[in-house]
Amino acid sequence: MAAFVLRRVLLMIPTLWVIATLTFFLMRLAPGGPFLAEKDIPPAAKAQLEKAYGLDRPLGQQYLSFLTHAARLDFGPSYKFPARQVREIIFEAFPVSLELGLWALLFATLIGVPIGVIAAVKQNSGADFAAMAAALAGVSIPNFVLGPALVLGLSLTLFLFPPALWEGPQSRILPVLTLSTAYVAYIARLTRGGMLEVLRQDYIRTARAKGLPERKVVFKHALKLGILPVVSYLGPAMARIVMGSIVVETLFAIPGLGRHLVNGAFNRDYTLVLGVVLFYAAFLMTLNLVVDIAYTRLDPRVELS
Amino acid sequence: MSGAAPAFAPTADAGALASSSRPESLWADAWKRLRRNRAAVCSGIFLLALGLLAVSAPWLPGLANPTAQDLRLGATPPSSAHWFGTDELGRDTLARVIHGGRISLLVGLVGTLVSLVIGVSYGAVAGYRGGRTDEMMMRAVDVLYSLPYIFLVILLLVFFSRSILMLFVALGLVQWLTMARIVRGQVLSLKQQNFVEAARALGAGDGAIIFRHIVPNTLGPVIVYTTLTVPAVILQEAFLSFLGLGVQPPAASWGTLVSDGARLLALFPWLVIFPGLALSLTLFCFNFLGDGLRDALDPQDRREVS
Repeated sequence: MAAFVLRRVLLMIPTLWVIATLTFFLMRLAPGGPFLAEKDIPPAAKAQLEKAYGLDRPLGQQYLSFLTHAARLDFGPSYKFPARQVREIIFEAFPVSLELGLWALLFATLIGVPIGVIAAVKQNSGADFAAMAAALAGVSIPNFVLGPALVLGLSLTLFLFPPALWEGPQSRILPVLTLSTAYVAYIARLTRGGMLEVLRQDYIRTARAKGLPERKVVFKHALKLGILPVVSYLGPAMARIVMGSIVVETLFAIPGLGRHLVNGAFNRDYTLVLGVVLFYAAFLMTLNLVVDIAYTRLDPRVELS
Repeated sequence: MSGAAPAFAPTADAGALASSSRPESLWADAWKRLRRNRAAVCSGIFLLALGLLAVSAPWLPGLANPTAQDLRLGATPPSSAHWFGTDELGRDTLARVIHGGRISLLVGLVGTLVSLVIGVSYGAVAGYRGGRTDEMMMRAVDVLYSLPYIFLVILLLVFFSRSILMLFVALGLVQWLTMARIVRGQVLSLKQQNFVEAARALGAGDGAIIFRHIVPNTLGPVIVYTTLTVPAVILQEAFLSFLGLGVQPPAASWGTLVSDGARLLALFPWLVIFPGLALSLTLFCFNFLGDGLRDALDPQDRREVS
């Protein structure tokens, strides 16, 4: 176990290095620089600026200094907002994104799993078909379509929730709904599939044969294994929720990390984009590791290799 | 998800057996099963109709020019003259949605094709070679899987040209990994079979064996996964267009239309509703069709898990 965790952590380092290298050179190869918007500044001032940011040094040196600083989570000041350190911006914005993502995931699991269990237990009934058709619809509606639709219906017509911003518990509801619907649907489908598989197995027949009430069979015996597809999906789900949160944060003007990424990319804010991408990558890989460990805890048949 | 590859294997065996005795039986059987699935048939018909509409859009009589502005008209709600209303520049929304569909569908199909070509070739070669080559090739896929791709795509599109060609490449590059895994799993089991041995005995080269004998037998799972990749690519293009990184004006995909409409949501809701509906319905139908195809081509594996 310890060896497995250690190996996975060690494997993260070359992967992060690949990502760092790719993003670094991709941005340096790109046409245009961070000070392109201020075209009219005198050449002397421009040289000063480039010097201050180290852009006048050879590319190799810039790369090396970037790597050594990045290892210490130090990405330097933002190009666009020179008064602020990238690390500061990330630490300020990340909790917002994290809160949004966690609510969405929690909501998706709490709603999706019961729907999947019911559909599996009543397989091929009307309820099953309706739940699965609804789930397929949920998967098919993009969040940037659902978001405006919810705003239109619930906040501009019925005035139930604020249409944007991130202030107070009321403002959480629409963004979380928008972000989580697809995952409610997907988790319901996964739970149903997992449960159908498990309910066919011998140990379930044994549990029934010894006279356990059906409720206990389903929730105590079957669900423990039936939920495994959901657990292994949580890793990729987090990655996709990160992607979805870019949309949701843009739609609802939420000051999270996703917005910084998009704005940073448009502003050619090299340091900010590099910092955010590396931070996200490390975060997602850590999550995947946690999910893998949780998986083995739930299913003793799986061995870590 | 990792269970998908071995789970498809029984079909391949059936396919291989069927193709050696009666080549049409598997497909005829699958076709029969598919036809019984009414939701999948309806989805297929809807998608065909949509495809025809999109292809013939420039020559449709009565359809307005999607870029023709009428500033005096401005934004109007749906009416008998403009079924889906007009936008703030007086452009006909119905025409914009149909022409947007041309772009969205084209991107979906070409992006899928790119991923199909790369994924199938890569997976087939890895599975057929086996051993060290296979291990190295699949390890590379594992590493690529762990990259947060969408960030790289965003960077690629921000820093380089935002041409439609770049979009095809970027989207195709994201999608081929799973296809490579599926095909590799298939090939690993197929290459042990007698018909491959027979082909080799007849003097066929590796390339011919892979692409003429093995790849055609992986068609079932590949078709299913392709059907599910198209909506994924359409969705990603729409996502990028929503962020302003997709196709550039005056061309507009469904993603662009939704994004533009969302800005004027409070004033002209129909500008979001119709393109959003078109996009969602299309994705819904592709998913339904993909599910139906999986059930039809893969009778042993009736799990609803993708």
